[in-house]
Amino acid sequence: MAPRVRLAVVLAALALACVLPFFLSGFRLFQFTQVWIYAIAILGLNMLTGFNGQISLGHGAFYAIGGYTAAILLSHFGVPYGWTIPAAALVCFVAGFLFGLPALRLEGLYLALATLSLALALPQVLKYFEHWTGGSMGLVLAKPEAPFGLPLDPDQWLYYVALAVLALLFWLAANLLGGRVGRAIVAIRDNPIAAQAMGIHTALYKSLTFGVSSAYTGVAGALSAIAIAYVSPDSFSVFLSITLLIGSVIGGLASIQGAIYGAFFIQFVPNWAQEISKAAPWAIFGVFLILFTYFMPHGIAGALRWLQARMAKARGAKPVS
Amino acid sequence: MNFRHLLALPAVALFAVAGSVSAQTVVGVTATEIKIGNTNPYSGPASAYGTIGKAIGAYFNMVNEQGGINGRKINYITYDDGYSPPKTVEMVRKLVEQDRVALVFQPLGTPPNSAIHKYMNQMKVPQLFVATGATKWNDPKNYPWTMGWQPNYQTEGRIYAAYVLKNVKDAKIGVLYQNDDYGKDYLKGFEDGLGAQASKLIVMKQSYEVTDPTVDSQIVNLKNSGANVFFNITIPKFAVQAIKKAHDIGWKPLHLLNNVSSSVGTVLKPAGVEASKGLITALYLKDYTDPQWKNDKGMLEWVAWMKKYYPEGKLEDGFNIYAYSVAQTLVHVLRQCGNDLSRENIMRQAANIKNLELPLLLPGIKINTGPNDFAPIEQSQLARFNGERWELFGEVLSAGSH
Amino acid sequence: MEIFIQQVVAGLATGSIYAALALALVMIYEATDVVNFAQGEMAMFATYVCWTLLNAGMPYWAAFFATLAIAFAGGIVIERVVIRPVENAPILTIVIVTIGLLVIFNSLAGWIYSYVQKPFPSPFPKEPIRIGGIVFGAHALGQIAVTLVVLLCIWLFFRFTPLGLAMRAAAQNPVSSRLAGIRVGWMLALGWGLAAMFGAVAGIMVAPVLFLDPNMMGGVQIYAFAAATLGGFTSPLGAVVGGLIVGVVENLVGTYVKFIGTELKLTVALAIIIGVLLVKPSGLFGRAVVRRV
Repeated sequence: MAPRVRLAVVLAALALACVLPFFLSGFRLFQFTQVWIYAIAILGLNMLTGFNGQISLGHGAFYAIGGYTAAILLSHFGVPYGWTIPAAALVCFVAGFLFGLPALRLEGLYLALATLSLALALPQVLKYFEHWTGGSMGLVLAKPEAPFGLPLDPDQWLYYVALAVLALLFWLAANLLGGRVGRAIVAIRDNPIAAQAMGIHTALYKSLTFGVSSAYTGVAGALSAIAIAYVSPDSFSVFLSITLLIGSVIGGLASIQGAIYGAFFIQFVPNWAQEISKAAPWAIFGVFLILFTYFMPHGIAGALRWLQARMAKARGAKPVS
Repeated sequence: MNFRHLLALPAVALFAVAGSVSAQTVVGVTATEIKIGNTNPYSGPASAYGTIGKAIGAYFNMVNEQGGINGRKINYITYDDGYSPPKTVEMVRKLVEQDRVALVFQPLGTPPNSAIHKYMNQMKVPQLFVATGATKWNDPKNYPWTMGWQPNYQTEGRIYAAYVLKNVKDAKIGVLYQNDDYGKDYLKGFEDGLGAQASKLIVMKQSYEVTDPTVDSQIVNLKNSGANVFFNITIPKFAVQAIKKAHDIGWKPLHLLNNVSSSVGTVLKPAGVEASKGLITALYLKDYTDPQWKNDKGMLEWVAWMKKYYPEGKLEDGFNIYAYSVAQTLVHVLRQCGNDLSRENIMRQAANIKNLELPLLLPGIKINTGPNDFAPIEQSQLARFNGERWELFGEVLSAGSH
Repeated sequence: MEIFIQQVVAGLATGSIYAALALALVMIYEATDVVNFAQGEMAMFATYVCWTLLNAGMPYWAAFFATLAIAFAGGIVIERVVIRPVENAPILTIVIVTIGLLVIFNSLAGWIYSYVQKPFPSPFPKEPIRIGGIVFGAHALGQIAVTLVVLLCIWLFFRFTPLGLAMRAAAQNPVSSRLAGIRVGWMLALGWGLAAMFGAVAGIMVAPVLFLDPNMMGGVQIYAFAAATLGGFTSPLGAVVGGLIVGVVENLVGTYVKFIGTELKLTVALAIIIGVLLVKPSGLFGRAVVRRV
């Protein structure tokens, strides 16, 4: 797609997203806010797993760390919620970077399982430091009101906050991944030895990618804590990590907009499955999941790219890169 | 639009006004139905509790077939939250804002209920008879729209502590607890009940996670601590393991078993009746697998209901007795509301239950609530397992003021 | 000293539970290069099939072997029908398919059999065996024995049979294998069939201890992953050793490291595994990955 056209599409989508709160309210708006939050989290995972080839089955852990950072700052230190988001980003960047360092030694499957271990251990650790985290009872937070007396209710305000953070982070990611850094990251994924031979400092790039990826997911976790106004270890089970992975693959692994498609999938498809079958809704979800992979093995973004290429060919235009 | 349609307009307007006047402030209620919302974990690690949500539906089906409540049928809407608080928030918001239910009944689990606690009170929607034994739901001053139902875990823990203090000289207590809000709540009540001596009397605490395969290792450690009293805070699967392992390694302490795992058929028999002799627990509901209730009138009614309305439910599953009883409590409250099924009146009547006896509550246990007492069931009775059934002893104990 | 031995024995017993499922995981990975997230749920479902047969009156060992046969056939069918369409897709896409299978099996089991836990019989005597002052559960010993027998069978199969060799070839180099006349597709199916069979053994052995319910394998599967990672995903022996180590270490940490106690048992076990991986990135017995530039 030509860059002009792509920009137009993005701006149109953004405009549509901005008007949505005037047509939806309360519960539905809450669901869309969740979608934006998941999209940020999935983009983080996409960066690491899709673009950089480091498989993470434990990104739920960074979502949790981000969420609890925000919750602890809000609960124990009375920090205004706006500051908890960059704080969560910082904490998760450091955590991700530190985890990425030893992870350099691990490949593919073993890295995946090491990250899974992280996601598994975290709830137990959270329960242990009861004094800070509230243990299994969790922390109840206050939902923020719109500032400066803006005529928005809390749901609408949070929707716009999440949307704004999404827009900012996606724009940053697009710039990062579209330029030299992005090419280096992808090169490391496709052929690490050649990349190194070309002078790319693979170890540094891989660790930094881990850090940035964790920061993104951590921001999502912080937003989620604020939106739900509650955190507990039960909110961050292993299934969350698996859900993020599903969103990532279904949306399209090495794709920025794929994160949004994936977020829609993981937010709404389980609900549809429940409406179709009360008896075995997850079986229906599983079937959806499998059928999706049959028809779109490279995710929704992959399928759209294929579609574009087909249309371009049909038009007789030059093949799109 | 022709002339005939125009004539219909005033009639339509009249109906609309008439309809809206009566239904104006009563959300979820029409002349013919009352909408009741619920969330339950039908999937995920806590899915064993999902039978409660289903059994409640089955009870409401029976009530509907028998004419409903004051002429209205119950429209029961239940959603799966997988025991995940964010999902609970989403589903409860759907119930309140989209389905517009009159009340949310028996949402299950402490973290899920904690997540919606503020929201329900802000929206002024009854969060009624929540399915958790945590203590925090009895707080009418700050959370007037939230009420629990079952005897809370801390009270039960205190009952056991009182028993130990009274009956055991030189007690050395070992505790096995599940590492979550349920286990820790029991432990807190127990420690509070022991008072200042708690740290001296409790010689060892061992915890386990629900995902652990066995608790054998913990039992070995507890025996080794020299404990002569064992407070066993485990769910049925691990209770069986604990009872069996203690017996196998020859450890015979005074064994206090939490109510959650007191089923004769699900826990004591699989663990072995020899191993289970002498176990003490605090009960408030009758147990289907306990032979002493075989011909009890209430029990027979319950069995008939299970067979007709919930045949896929298991008779040995104590959750189905729990569900039946809590559903009965709600129906009693709604009947007491008469024709005023506004949310305010539902809470008012819920806080106005006097000496309600249910067929499956132990004899002597009554449900009582008041404007300052949002704990419907506060009584239980100690029982000792004699190899065949739970022998109730002592008096019905009241939590009273805590 | 007695308590140390008792804890080690208890650890070996739980460890053999992890090892049994880890073997099935390694089996599939060796044969198909895929980590099957649904392994635990397939094992659980097979155990329910066994339960159904036992309830219908079949004697224990007849039901046991019948279930193994059904599981074997089931595994082959799943590979040919469900996995085949995505055989050439990126590896993560195949992983998503296995996750889909996971939720399907779990949900179906809950729907058909309900979530109430059921007791499951053990073929071993109920009375514990006492040696010295140490108590050994007879079932735990039997379980360890069966796991070792399965391990032996796998090792013999892959090492000494032409079929085993063909399977390993098909997994490691499908293109060359096809040129050598190996029907790669059917080798993969066979791998799934065998793994499903071993998973069924794991489930049937484990159910008497864990009680049969749809979420029975949830916790175990995680530990099995940890065990296989520790031991090396390419080594059946590693899977068993890994499982036993995880079980024993967890218990010893819970017993002896007082400030951690039992509330961080899982965390410590996982930390140890990651620690081992840093020293030996392919696991204790795994083959090091050799890269061709």
